[in-house]
Amino acid sequence: MSEHVLSLLVEDKPGLLTRVAGLFARRGFNIHSLAVGTSEIEGLSRITVVVGVEGAPLEQVTKQLNKLVNVIKIVELEPDQAVQRDHMLIKVKTDASTRSQVLEAVTLFRARVIDVVSDAVIIEVTGDTSKCQALIKVLEPFGIKELVQSGVLAMGRGSKSITEKVGK
Amino acid sequence: MTNEILTGAQAIIRSLELLGIDTVFGLPGGAILPTYDPLMDSTKIRHILVRHEQGAGHAAEGYASATGKLGVCIATSGPGATNLVTAIADAYMDSVPVLAITGQVGSHLIGTDAFQEADIVGITMPITKHSFLVTNAADIPETIAAAMLIATTGRPGPVLVDITKDAQNAKVPFVWPPKVELPGYKPVTKPHGKQVQAAAQMIAESAKPVLYVGGGVVRAGAAKQLAELAKLTGAPVVTTLMARGAYPDTDPQNLGMPGMHGTVPAVTALQKADLLITLGARFDDRVTGDAKTFAPNAKVIHVDIDPAEIGKIRFADVPIVGDLAEVLPELSTEIGALYSKKKPDISEWWAFLNNLRDRYPLGYTPASDGKLSPQHVIERIGAITGPEGIYVAGVGQHQMWSSQFIKYERPNAWLNSGGAGTMGYSVPAAMGAKVGEPNRHVWAIDGDGCFQMTNQELATCTINNIPIKVAIINNSSLGMVRQWQTLFYNERYSNTDLHTGTDRAMIPDFVKLADAYGALGIRVEKEEEIDAAIKLALETNDRPVVIDFIVSRDSMVWPMVAAGVSNDEVQYARDAAPIWSEME
Repeated sequence: MSEHVLSLLVEDKPGLLTRVAGLFARRGFNIHSLAVGTSEIEGLSRITVVVGVEGAPLEQVTKQLNKLVNVIKIVELEPDQAVQRDHMLIKVKTDASTRSQVLEAVTLFRARVIDVVSDAVIIEVTGDTSKCQALIKVLEPFGIKELVQSGVLAMGRGSKSITEKVGK
Repeated sequence: MTNEILTGAQAIIRSLELLGIDTVFGLPGGAILPTYDPLMDSTKIRHILVRHEQGAGHAAEGYASATGKLGVCIATSGPGATNLVTAIADAYMDSVPVLAITGQVGSHLIGTDAFQEADIVGITMPITKHSFLVTNAADIPETIAAAMLIATTGRPGPVLVDITKDAQNAKVPFVWPPKVELPGYKPVTKPHGKQVQAAAQMIAESAKPVLYVGGGVVRAGAAKQLAELAKLTGAPVVTTLMARGAYPDTDPQNLGMPGMHGTVPAVTALQKADLLITLGARFDDRVTGDAKTFAPNAKVIHVDIDPAEIGKIRFADVPIVGDLAEVLPELSTEIGALYSKKKPDISEWWAFLNNLRDRYPLGYTPASDGKLSPQHVIERIGAITGPEGIYVAGVGQHQMWSSQFIKYERPNAWLNSGGAGTMGYSVPAAMGAKVGEPNRHVWAIDGDGCFQMTNQELATCTINNIPIKVAIINNSSLGMVRQWQTLFYNERYSNTDLHTGTDRAMIPDFVKLADAYGALGIRVEKEEEIDAAIKLALETNDRPVVIDFIVSRDSMVWPMVAAGVSNDEVQYARDAAPIWSEME
C-alpha cells in the first residue's frame, strides 16, 4: 500500500465532511489521517487527507473527489515538495525519579511540556510523522496514559498557493 | 426584475415555472403542505398525484428518459422522502436527470427525532449527484436553479432539494434570475484536440475496430453524430442495454447488444477486437464479464463526460473527456482527413463477424408446455407498434427479451432500469414517459413479479387520462431468478413461484385487477390471439390497457455469459457454445 497526501480546497458547507468521508467509505478507499479547518479565504475550508492506496489507483480517488460539487480543488502534495506536520499531545506518567528523564526527551525532540502535576506531564510535539513516532517510542517505557493527535497538516513549499486563481 | 414578496412555497413553484418545468409527479404530506397550496394555483405546472412516492420518482425518470428533459418529483418528509430513495438510486445508476424536492420538518425541530423527520440529505448522499438542505426561504430560487443545472449538465443525475417547512412558510423578496455560484462544478464538454487526433489515428490504423456504444450517447443526444461516425468508419457497432436505439437495429453495422445476454456477434466482436471505440459506456460487469479477460487484444479509446469513468475498470490508451455531441463530430473530421490519404481495410473483420451473425443469430426455442413463448409475444408487440413507440421494461427475463426482440430505431424509445435493476420501474416509468410523449404509444413490458411492486400507479394513469399499455409477461415466476435456479441451483426453485399463472391460484387475477383500476384487462393464452390483443390495446386510448400474456415459465434468456466468467464462455443455448475452431 502506498500513502499519498492530498490537499483539498472545499466550500465550507454543512455535511461537507460527511460527503468526503462517505465517498472514501463507499468506494473502498482508505483514510489514514484527516485534518479539516478553515482556509485564509472566508467560506472555504482546507482538508488534508492521507490516503492509503491499494487496489484503486490514486487517480480514481481524486477523480471521485472531484465529482463532489463542493470540492473546488485537489492537489497531491509530494513529500519532497511539501512540508508535513503532525501535532500530538501525550500524557506521560512521571514521578520524582523519572521526571528529569522525561524532560530530557522533551528537550531532545524540541517538544514542550504544557501541563505538569505530581504524577504526570502533558507533552506537546509537532513534527513530521517519523519524529512524533520516535518520541512516542522514547516515552513508552515511562507509561503513556493518553495520546491525541491531529491529522497530518501539509502545505506545498515555495510561494505558490492552492487558492490562487480561486479567490472570490 | 421586481422583488415581489413571496412565501418560500410560492418561490418554489415560481422558480420551477421560470425554469420551464411543466410537469411534476408527487404526493403531499405535512412538511410539504405549504408548497402544495400555491401549486394548486399554478397554470403552468401540471401536478400528477401518484399513489406511492416511488411511483413519482420512477415517473420523473420515465419522463426524463423519454423526453431528454428534467424530471421532477415531490414528496413530504420522513417516509415520503424515503419512498423516493429507490427511484433516486435508480436515476443515479442510469444517469437520469431528476430533481427531487422534499419537505423537511421545521428547522427548529431538525435533530430532535420529530414526527416524520428523516435525514434525507444524509440518506441520499451516496445516490445523488448532489443534494441541498434549505432552511432559509431566500435561498430557494438559487438552490432550485443550481439543482436543475447540476442535474441536467455534465453527466446527468438526480439532485435532491430538501426544504424545511419554516423556509416554505417564510416571506421574502423573490429575486430572479438568481445568482448560481458553483465554483466546484465545471463539467468539461469540449474535448482535448490532441486526444481526438490520437484517437483518429488509432482508428485509422485498426483492422478490427468496434464502436462500443453506451447510454451516454442517448443522454448526450448524440445519436446523429454517432451515425455519421459509424458510416464514415464502417465499423461494427454494439449497443449496450442502456444504448439500445442509439444506433438503428435495422442498420447492418449494428451487431446488437453485448454482455451477459448479448448476441454472439456483439460479445465476440468485443472479445476479438483490436480497438474498442468506447462512447459513453462504462465497462459495466454485465458487459465485460470477467474484466481481466475482457477484450484482451484491444486498445481502448474511451470517451465520456465523466472523467471518473475513464480508467475506472479498464485502462484507456486514449482518454477523451467531453460531451459526445461535441467529441463525435470532431473525431469524424479528424478521421475523414486521415481516410482521405488511406482508409483501413476491415473487410476481413466483417467477414468474420458476418459469419458469426449467420451461424448464431438471435433466436429462441418455442415453448413446449402449450403456453405462449414470451419472446414471440414481445417480438409481436415491437413489430405491430413500430419504432415510434416507447418501450419501458421492468427487470428480469422480460427486460432482456424486450431488449433483444424489439427493433429499436431511435434513441429514447427504450427505457429500462439498467444499472440498479429495479423491479417495479416499468409501470410508473411508462406513465412518466406517456405524460412526456403523449402522442406516442407507450408500452410497459413488465413481469408478473415486477408488476406487483408498483401497479398501484394504474389508478394514477386512469384518473389522469394517461393511457399506457401494460404487457405482463406472466410466467407465474420470478423468472430470471428461476432461470438461475435452473442453471446454477440444480433446479431447486426456492421462493420463485408467484402463483399468478393460469395453472396456479391466479392471485391476483390481473384482468380483474385491471378492471378494478378502470383499465381494460385482456388475457391472452393462445398464440393466435396475440396480434388482435396488441392491436386492441393500440386502439384503446381512453384508458390504460393491461394484457396478461400467459407464457411458459421454462423459457430462458439466451445467449448467456454466466456471472463473473470470461465472455469467451458465451453460450447461445443451454450447454451450447459457439465452436471457435471453425471460426478462426
